[in-house]
Amino acid sequence: MEAYSEKVIEHYSNPRNVGEIVDASGVGEVGNPVCGDIMRIYLKIENDVITDVKFKTFGCGAAIASSSISTELIKGKTIDEALKITNKQVVEELGGLPPVKLHCSVLAEEAIRSAIADYYRKEGKLTEDEIKAKCGDTASHCEDCHH
Amino acid sequence: MKSIYFDNAATTRLDENVLKEMMPYLTENYGNASSIYKLGRESRKAVDEARARIAAAINAKPEEIYFTAGGSEADNMAIRGIAYAYAKKGRHIITSQIEHPAVLETCRQLEKEKFEVSYIGVDENGILKLDELKAAIREDTTLITVMFANNEIGTIQPIEEIAKIAHEHGIYFHTDAVQAIGSIRIDVDAMGIDALSMSGHKFYGPKGIGALYLKSGIRVQKLINGGHQERNKRAGTENVPGIVGMGKAIEMAYENFDEHVEHMRTLRNHYIEEVQKRIPYIRVNGDLERRLPGNANISFRFIEGEGMLLRLDLAGICASSGSACTSGSLDPSHVLLAIGLPHEIAHGSLRIQIGKYNTLEEVDYLVDNLEKIVKGLRDMSPLYDTFIKEGNK
Repeated sequence: MEAYSEKVIEHYSNPRNVGEIVDASGVGEVGNPVCGDIMRIYLKIENDVITDVKFKTFGCGAAIASSSISTELIKGKTIDEALKITNKQVVEELGGLPPVKLHCSVLAEEAIRSAIADYYRKEGKLTEDEIKAKCGDTASHCEDCHH
Repeated sequence: MKSIYFDNAATTRLDENVLKEMMPYLTENYGNASSIYKLGRESRKAVDEARARIAAAINAKPEEIYFTAGGSEADNMAIRGIAYAYAKKGRHIITSQIEHPAVLETCRQLEKEKFEVSYIGVDENGILKLDELKAAIREDTTLITVMFANNEIGTIQPIEEIAKIAHEHGIYFHTDAVQAIGSIRIDVDAMGIDALSMSGHKFYGPKGIGALYLKSGIRVQKLINGGHQERNKRAGTENVPGIVGMGKAIEMAYENFDEHVEHMRTLRNHYIEEVQKRIPYIRVNGDLERRLPGNANISFRFIEGEGMLLRLDLAGICASSGSACTSGSLDPSHVLLAIGLPHEIAHGSLRIQIGKYNTLEEVDYLVDNLEKIVKGLRDMSPLYDTFIKEGNK
């Protein structure tokens, strides 16, 4: 396997925003233990702004680093800005990921979307279709791993 | 930072005495062993001596030892060599589900060439199911190949029984003994082994050199074509320094065999005991008795192996895992799945293999770090979080 970038090593050595938010506005969990990756992201949202974010991840170095950098990317951002973050951006911010690890960045993007969808559901202002239109399909794509 | 090396199943550090014996053949004694002048004859003599040392270690005859470029080539030479040579008699081969890729992938290749292969299962400790083996035998079975000891979980197979079953049906028996040489005393004659693969760098010898023991009278189709080296069974100029190094390494392994085994066993047992004492929610994988003396394979629940390896690496510790992330594929180790581990527990496995250079202090350093690392990773694991919140169900 390709070696990890320095940024990835730095993030899995000292991951940012590890933990949970007890009174989270939204929680998203993606992946499953069979694949070896689970990401759970907690959001605190006030006036459409993500004021706090924490994560818990079961997974490899790339999964931990992707979670860590994603929390940094969305902290202080509006919901709409956070929804624009793509897995490609996560990879770029990490200074690249080995090809077999790219799914970890996809998982990070999905975890953010899933946490925001959960916020919308709790808030109860949007219909399920409107949430889907905003956050996309947040069902787990774990099967994609097993080619 | 100094590396603290617990991955002796992957490779070992070349013994300095082995290097010393190799050096002349890397420098002034550079002759081709097939050349007739003195420089060549000296190389030939060194190759012959190494062959005799290796043969003596496993109670074979020198002419039954064939040098290869490593363990994988020895496996290919035995399995494909015998399969092709006896294809007229039959095209069925039997192996186990927990073989090294050097054997498994060779068998899969044969399947593409219209051979049939039966992959026999193992019990929860990794021991071959002998009743399944017996049931798989057919009229056209020509070869049974089962590893001596497993590289991941260390389980030692009932080699003599397997050999006996094979011979009762007129089938040849090959064993990949790459992990066993230097840790288990092997007598190919008494054990009924027809072919055996070994690799120099697993017992403090150099990389890029291996050997196949092939009992006199058994044919193999030549895979590497060219000159007449190795009794016309494997072409290519002899890797004289490698051969000399492997011969010296095996001789050294037998000089203090029992002390070495005892050293490995003591440190390995200490490691397992300390982990059991200090870290909750673990599972020791593989058989506790029928096991390589230096091997320990432990699953740490709720965390993933690569995360552990990376953090151990930051502490200078080298180890290995059966997690998907370290296998280059997305599935965890086929060995851990074959012994019935659920995926998520297989993902959290850590293999260490004690070697002759390890010390008790190093093992304690490993456990100290592991305790912290496991705790740190569990603190960030959603699986652990759920487990704790749901009241340890």
